[in-house]
Amino acid sequence: MLDRPAAAPMVPKVVRVAAAQQELADVWTLNIDAGDSGFPFAPGQFNMLYAFGVGEAAISISGDPTRPERLVHTIRSVGKVSDALARLRPGDPLGLRGPYGGGWPLDAAVGSDVIIVAGGLGLAPLRPTLYRLMAERDRYGRIVILCGARSPTDILYRNELEGWRTRLDIEIEVTVDRAGRGWHGNVGVVTTLIERAAFDPAHAIAMLCGPEIMMRFAAAGLEKAGVSASSIYLSMERNMKCAIGHCGHCQFSSDFVCKDGPVATWADLRRLIVMREI
Amino acid sequence: MRQLAGQVVLTRDGLQALIASLNTAGYRVCGPTVRDQAIVYDDIDGVGDLPAGWTDEQDGGHYRLKRRSDDALFGYVVGPHSWKKYLHPPRRSLWQATRDAEGMAIIAEPETETRFAFIGVRACELAAIAVQDRVFLEGKYVDPHYRTRREGAFIVAVNCGEAGGTCFCVSMETGPEVRSGFDLSLTEIVTGGERGYLVEVGSDDGLAILAALPQRPASDADTAAAGAAIANAAAHMGRSLDTNGIRDLLLANLEHPRWDDVAERCLTCGNCTMVCPTCFCTCTEDSSDLAGGEAEHTQRWDSCFTEDFSFIHGGSVRTSAKSRYRQWMTHKLATWWDQFDSSGCVGCGRCITWCPVAIDITEEARAIRDGSAHVGAS
Amino acid sequence: MIEGMEQIVREHRFFADLGDDTIRLLAGCARNVVFKPGEYLFRTDEPADEFYLIRHGRVALDIVAPGRSAITFQTAGPGEIVGVSWLLPPYKWIHDARAVDLVRAIGMDARCLRDKCDADHDVGYQMMLRFVPMLVSRLQATRIQLLDIYGKQA
Repeated sequence: MLDRPAAAPMVPKVVRVAAAQQELADVWTLNIDAGDSGFPFAPGQFNMLYAFGVGEAAISISGDPTRPERLVHTIRSVGKVSDALARLRPGDPLGLRGPYGGGWPLDAAVGSDVIIVAGGLGLAPLRPTLYRLMAERDRYGRIVILCGARSPTDILYRNELEGWRTRLDIEIEVTVDRAGRGWHGNVGVVTTLIERAAFDPAHAIAMLCGPEIMMRFAAAGLEKAGVSASSIYLSMERNMKCAIGHCGHCQFSSDFVCKDGPVATWADLRRLIVMREI
Repeated sequence: MRQLAGQVVLTRDGLQALIASLNTAGYRVCGPTVRDQAIVYDDIDGVGDLPAGWTDEQDGGHYRLKRRSDDALFGYVVGPHSWKKYLHPPRRSLWQATRDAEGMAIIAEPETETRFAFIGVRACELAAIAVQDRVFLEGKYVDPHYRTRREGAFIVAVNCGEAGGTCFCVSMETGPEVRSGFDLSLTEIVTGGERGYLVEVGSDDGLAILAALPQRPASDADTAAAGAAIANAAAHMGRSLDTNGIRDLLLANLEHPRWDDVAERCLTCGNCTMVCPTCFCTCTEDSSDLAGGEAEHTQRWDSCFTEDFSFIHGGSVRTSAKSRYRQWMTHKLATWWDQFDSSGCVGCGRCITWCPVAIDITEEARAIRDGSAHVGAS
Repeated sequence: MIEGMEQIVREHRFFADLGDDTIRLLAGCARNVVFKPGEYLFRTDEPADEFYLIRHGRVALDIVAPGRSAITFQTAGPGEIVGVSWLLPPYKWIHDARAVDLVRAIGMDARCLRDKCDADHDVGYQMMLRFVPMLVSRLQATRIQLLDIYGKQA
């Protein structure tokens, strides 16, 4: 597709941070200078980013696929590598390998209603899809975006969501797991939003991203609402060291999440994802 | 590409000349030798380094060298090493990075210029090399270091004349006879009281090297002796594994109680993954100097038995010994088929021999097929 | 007025598929209520005398602990029920319920309804059939919230 396997696929190229923006307490978005040729990618793909001396981490691409001149990554500090990456500032160099993985099924969604269910940082790998949907709005039916977050101060891309919400042609609902007095929105798990959303389940494609348990319940909720299991897509996540199918870490039964995934259908995942420790 | 020439027989001197000739041609010659009470693979200078007169007694969790009554050079099977130690080394640098005020530079590790010559590669090992070829050379991404080592390797295979105590290459259809993937193959025979090595040519490179060696044409007695030796190996396999529908069998039984049973025995030591000739998992490590100016990114062997192999988001997916043993065995015998269109197991028996608690993959497969939950139950 | 209430009760999705006699019985325990934004429907430890079927607006369910500001753990909207502790002794509320918007609801007299359930076990059974699934699903949702799945793992 958009990948040209490198002669030495384990060796990164060096790029630089052009801009850095704090999203949440432990979440930063880096805008990376992708050079003259830009960095074309498909929504749902990820890169391996290298922080000098610390290591590599798999980070989804979060930018606008229609504007590949800027490569955008949203990084949450959860370990020593992501922490080092989240601390990079304009001018800092980092290593880059990618893009890897299969993307979200945007072509399959043309002509259908699209339901996006994002939990926590799960909105980051889905944002490129949202950009694409907005850019070619008339190719799709109803668009429903459901977001779950820990609390109101943990809503990722909040300003952007609020901006999109002013559009009259998409539905955005947000719920949080807990809130204080200042929040006038929904509180509760994201599956409750599915019951209330307006879409035609017989002609809908759903794309889910977030903690695995959230995706499982959301997929079950969508199926209960009438969406077929083969129209529900989840983005799997596993330990990755190489991203090229050689290190073995990201295996989920027969699949290497890095190259057979990370996106897979609920129909394919369902039997195994409910088993423990697969 | 078999038998590009009429078959010939080498004597021990001819074998010595073969090794010397490979040496002269610039190969780093590696083969079996006795060290630390085992037959391992190491650099060899000549036939004198080969384990003449030794054999290996193998069983579950058991490996002993024993003296033979003859001076056969290849009268044993396989030890704790496999050829992956050269083709897919336990540790290698991938790249160096330097950092200064200007920025960062990444310098890829150049590919090795060493060309290996492997002496004594068994049929199961050739099959294992072919299995790893699929992983590293036939997917979307090619490992250039593996490719360089692989393409440069000269392989002298050996047909087994005896089977090992834990061997089951016949079940896995990988041996004992070598069929392809070698430059030269040898079968150790004794005809008319004389020890010799029946040679088959497998490539042009093999033909070229062979041409210069002292040799005699093979007689009917020679070929018959070779056939008998191979048949002898095939008839005395130490283990067997029913591969009929094994992929579906294992994947339909992911919650079989046998997994709990093996989990009580498995130490998750990872020995099996280290000795297995097809296990390929690696991890990456990073180090830097104290000044923060130079860093290195290396790759080393890893094992799915380690607790943090599947670590993600503050915890591991496979925390229990049960899940890790299940992962290894179902990958080896089942999901490998989905991934690479072949079995991951070549029947070499190393995992059985080198397991400290003698867990036997053939026994576990049998137990799941038969449905019995406990060791010893009928 | 009673007929109007019967209609309202019948139309609330929580009481769908109930027979006319049962609807009449329930309507006898029901009244219309309105809460202004910020007003409390009930507070922790108060007697669970009345529970609510929301018709319009959103209600926040808050947990209060001394020394901490209230945490909203759930919101309920149109078609949903607020208050389940009326079902079981000691019949006291275990959380606060606060109107976030203007809330219009049907208030159900808990004592009245408990008496009717004791007198007619079929009515009691119908109430259980409706409340138990809701409780189970709320419990499951709460457990998932407890996992703090969006939070950083240890």
